[in-house]
Amino acid sequence: MATLESPPPGTSSSAMRNAFGTVLSALILLLIGVLAFSIRLFSVIKYESVIHEFDPYFNYRVTQFLSKNGIYEFWNWFDDRTWYPLGRVIGGTVYPGLTLTAGTIWWALNAINIPLSVETVCVFTAPVFSAFASWATYLLTKEVKGSGAGLAAAALLAMVPSYISRSVAGSYDNEAVAIFALIFTFYLYIKTLNTGSLFYATLNAIAYFYMVCSWGGYTFIINLIPMHVLLCIVTGRYSPRLYIAYAPLVVLGTLLAALVPVVGFNAVLTSEHFASFLVFIIIHVVALVYYIKGILSPKMFKVAVTLVVSIGLVVCLIVVAVLVALVASSPTGGWSGRSLSLLDPTYASKYIPIIASVSEHQPPTWPSYFMDINVLAFLVPAGIIACFSPLSDASSFVVLYIVMSVYFSGVMVRLMLVLAPAACIMSGIALSQAFDVFTASIKYQLGRSANSKDDVKRSSKKGKKKEREPADKPSVKSKIAKKRALVLPLEASIVALLLLIMLGAFYVIHCVWAAAEAYSAPSIVLTSQSRDGLHVFDDFRESYAWLSHNTDVDDKVASWWDYGYQTTAMANRTVIVDNNTWNNTHIATVGTAMSSPEKAAWEIFNSLDVKYVLVVFGGLIGYPSDDINKFLWMVRIGGGVFPHIKEADYLRDGNYRIDSEATPTMLNCLMYKLSYYRFVETDGKGYDRVRRTEIGKKNFKLTHFEEVFTSHHWMVRIYKLKPQKNRIRGRAKKLKLKTSSGLDSKAAKKNPWI
Amino acid sequence: MAARIWIFSVAVALFLSFSSGHDLQIVNAERRIDLSSHIVNAFLTLKVENIGKDPAADMLLAFPPTQIKHLSMVQAMAITGKKKKKTYLPLDVKPTEQPDAPNDTGYFLVSFATPLTPGETVTLEVLYILTHSLEPFPSEIAQSESQLVYYRDSAVILSPYHIKQQTTFFKTPSARVESFTSVDPANRAGKEIKYGPYEDRAPYSYAPVIVHFENNSPFAVVEELVREIEISHWGSLQITENYRLTHGGARHKGVFSRVDYQSRRSISGSSSFNALLAVLPPKVNSVYYRDNIGNISTSHLRTGFKKSELEFEPRYPLFGGWRATFIIGYRVPLEDYLFEAPDGRRYLNFTFGCPLVETIVNKLTIKVVLPEGSKDPSAVLPFTVNQDLQVKYSYLDIVGRTVVVLQKDNVVPTHNVPFQVYYTFKPIYMLAEPFMLVSAFFFVFVASLAYVHIDLNIVKK
Repeated sequence: MATLESPPPGTSSSAMRNAFGTVLSALILLLIGVLAFSIRLFSVIKYESVIHEFDPYFNYRVTQFLSKNGIYEFWNWFDDRTWYPLGRVIGGTVYPGLTLTAGTIWWALNAINIPLSVETVCVFTAPVFSAFASWATYLLTKEVKGSGAGLAAAALLAMVPSYISRSVAGSYDNEAVAIFALIFTFYLYIKTLNTGSLFYATLNAIAYFYMVCSWGGYTFIINLIPMHVLLCIVTGRYSPRLYIAYAPLVVLGTLLAALVPVVGFNAVLTSEHFASFLVFIIIHVVALVYYIKGILSPKMFKVAVTLVVSIGLVVCLIVVAVLVALVASSPTGGWSGRSLSLLDPTYASKYIPIIASVSEHQPPTWPSYFMDINVLAFLVPAGIIACFSPLSDASSFVVLYIVMSVYFSGVMVRLMLVLAPAACIMSGIALSQAFDVFTASIKYQLGRSANSKDDVKRSSKKGKKKEREPADKPSVKSKIAKKRALVLPLEASIVALLLLIMLGAFYVIHCVWAAAEAYSAPSIVLTSQSRDGLHVFDDFRESYAWLSHNTDVDDKVASWWDYGYQTTAMANRTVIVDNNTWNNTHIATVGTAMSSPEKAAWEIFNSLDVKYVLVVFGGLIGYPSDDINKFLWMVRIGGGVFPHIKEADYLRDGNYRIDSEATPTMLNCLMYKLSYYRFVETDGKGYDRVRRTEIGKKNFKLTHFEEVFTSHHWMVRIYKLKPQKNRIRGRAKKLKLKTSSGLDSKAAKKNPWI
Repeated sequence: MAARIWIFSVAVALFLSFSSGHDLQIVNAERRIDLSSHIVNAFLTLKVENIGKDPAADMLLAFPPTQIKHLSMVQAMAITGKKKKKTYLPLDVKPTEQPDAPNDTGYFLVSFATPLTPGETVTLEVLYILTHSLEPFPSEIAQSESQLVYYRDSAVILSPYHIKQQTTFFKTPSARVESFTSVDPANRAGKEIKYGPYEDRAPYSYAPVIVHFENNSPFAVVEELVREIEISHWGSLQITENYRLTHGGARHKGVFSRVDYQSRRSISGSSSFNALLAVLPPKVNSVYYRDNIGNISTSHLRTGFKKSELEFEPRYPLFGGWRATFIIGYRVPLEDYLFEAPDGRRYLNFTFGCPLVETIVNKLTIKVVLPEGSKDPSAVLPFTVNQDLQVKYSYLDIVGRTVVVLQKDNVVPTHNVPFQVYYTFKPIYMLAEPFMLVSAFFFVFVASLAYVHIDLNIVKK
């Protein structure tokens, strides 16, 4: 499979070298796979083999269901344990690629009597697929610039921090398999483009299908490939190979994509897919033109062109009009909110607070580029230049890929993930070319100095420049290489090589650090290092375990949506809202309840049949991402649907505060009360370690809720709704008459339902 | 009321005494009932005399129907010798049925070591253990209240034999006793309530008493425990224990306040518990403690030469009625537990019961997973359990592993005694799985070799 790109003229010794190269690169690839897998195991070693964060818990739960009930039950699964009382059709609303993959692996392992648990399979799916992804990167880069670049790119991708952040062991999320699918689809596209083989074109459509199954990011493929096709056509690079690579993908790919329930008719109805159809038409027109040009004489052809262009313009106008009408008739112009915020980064924060409230939908900052792709950011320009010498169909594709992904990553931090493979490919090309030049010139110089001591002082200044920017080299080199081999001074080459190796070492160190320290925390268990050893804060699981064992199995638990997936997966209790934020009104209802005073909140929750309310509170130990810090989003989202909740009521002069300066609305809302109930008794002052202030209202009683559980470090507090008391009409009236003067307020406090 | 029952029982006894097999009488009986934990231990010292004409080979112990359900274990020993030269001789105790048992009385048959000749006396020590016999009253308590329980028993020993003299002592965990039924002479001194001495009670005498007292000891009840012991002839024994734990005391009512629980520990949640101790074998390694949502980080292991102790906490403190589930797993070296019998069979010698101290197990299942290819399994236990055989498929198994399933209800720490599982096994089976792996890889390489060398093209290029 892995052959060196340019085998030397065929003799038996070169065949041996060729075979040796094949075995060597296979071995290197194997090691890269092992590296990709093992660098992601820090989370298991440092913490434990456990599912991470929020969404992976949902995927894990779906996989459990799949492995228990089979595929048909899975397609028809209506989940009544979430979004109470609406429920959610899981089979029709998830991208099933990940769960089907893990489910298949689990089933296959159990079929040969390797009884791994579903959890274990889920935890290790992501590392296994990152090994696959680095192999796919090798294949893709090899198609672009040869095996050397392929190996370098694969090694870089195996440990790029951006990808590690989404694929450490336990991070069981769609991206884990989708990045592999993305790269592999691109590889098959390039392979088809290079070979013109219909076999690869079919495989490409199947790979695309797997991508559609796995991740909503498939729209990136179905827009990027048409753009590349268009680019090829515009630059006069149309060929039958391009047609083979593109037309079957659109037809087969769209048909296959429509098979996935969550996509369905969206594959032909939404704007994200229109670009591919437009280019599909264009490529046919172009193909027709080339065909006609072949059979007509140049004069006839000119006539035909004028005729076709005039008719074509009319047809195009009609088509465009229809398209515009179609698009305009759908409420968001046929674009989903997340895609719209891609094109207009300010869209979400302006119109959809629920999208804006997710931190991974925010634009990234500069440090996050350095954190996530590190030295690759500097190597990428060199790689781009290398791709232009010479420019081929394949290299123009990767250039387009990197340009687009840089733009998208600038919009949404989550899409950094799409940039990472492109950056790795580019850097792999750059590194490989640089190494080629340096090693070749060292070889040449050594050979020459052995023959005769010739002078090779080709401006030592230039050599120094190369030291500083070794990545720039390959571009210059390969251009001149056509005329004659670029030869650099011996010293300069050696120093530049050493610098490049240092750069690589720096990258490796950074990646290992990122994998070990930054990205392996499972976020459901927190640790802190103090003088007397490691402190573990396992409050989330403590309270989920409490819920699952000590409440009735059909009780409903209300919490902010962040904790919905975890509650259903770990506590097995019905939740009102969860991380699949499909129903804004429902989330707004919970947000409104949290922002309302106690009695109004009780009424909202009671109408939703809620038994327990769960809040996350970090004030005691200083855990910053707690519900009080998220509270303004609840107010905003609640206020977006229920106008009586006004953000201004919770702010004092535009500042969000919970100390004695806070507004009475803030101090009386449910979230404040549930978070700080009896908090003052812990230290006598009520000092909140997150907000670094004493709380505003210290001693208060709850009338409609009672505390039933608080975790060890107070991070999770669970309250139960008090049952409604019996209403005795006559007595109530009498009581009112009696106590109308002095005792009124006291009586009202005692029995709030009278 | 007690008097009326006496009259009734006397009447029954008169009728029965003629039908019972032997003419025995109990000269002196002393009963000490320890109520300090939720496992009720009763020590009975009986001096039995044969007053009949025939030698007696055995005697009966009677238990009221309310106790027979909760009776976990009965042991009896004969004492010979005096004072310092006492020797204890364990006797055989078997549950038995009597055709004309009054009021569903349950019986145990104690067989003497040597039949009791007429006129001879023997001193017996009987230990019986009751579980679930302390009834919380009030049955629901709030966080700040302490737990009060009822214990119901009889002031006199229920026995099919005439008892000349008897005394009963109840030992309560604290001096706080709300009330106790008075059956003269009865008095209380500190933690001890003494009933008796009573003289010349007829067979089947019964005098119900209720003791109402404070008991804040941890009522740790394991509702179900599944222990899986997997034997690997490669050198280790892997034990996995699945617990479903509950607090069996008075149910928790209303609010659980963490601030009270943390700051006023002495008066708040006194009946709750959050620390458990498991006694594991020595040389234990690879210990883990987790539940089905992940690792639980609150545990300490102390290994020693005689035993290892695992001190651990559930995720949250357990109040009355609260539940928790967890898994404890560990590994011990095989050579300490697997032996070869003289007849060539192998046997596993391991401890029955539950490693948690002071814990009742409602339903205990022990699964001994024998290595693949083992035959003729048989288990040897000092008491009766339900036995069953299953098959389990583990890593790369083809025929499956034989699993010996031992199941017993109502298990207390006294059941932690060794048991043996015998089986035959040929060591050649150990090589089956490595051989399979080797051949699988071999075939993969041969296949790839063949693939590389075969030209599958239809048209010659």
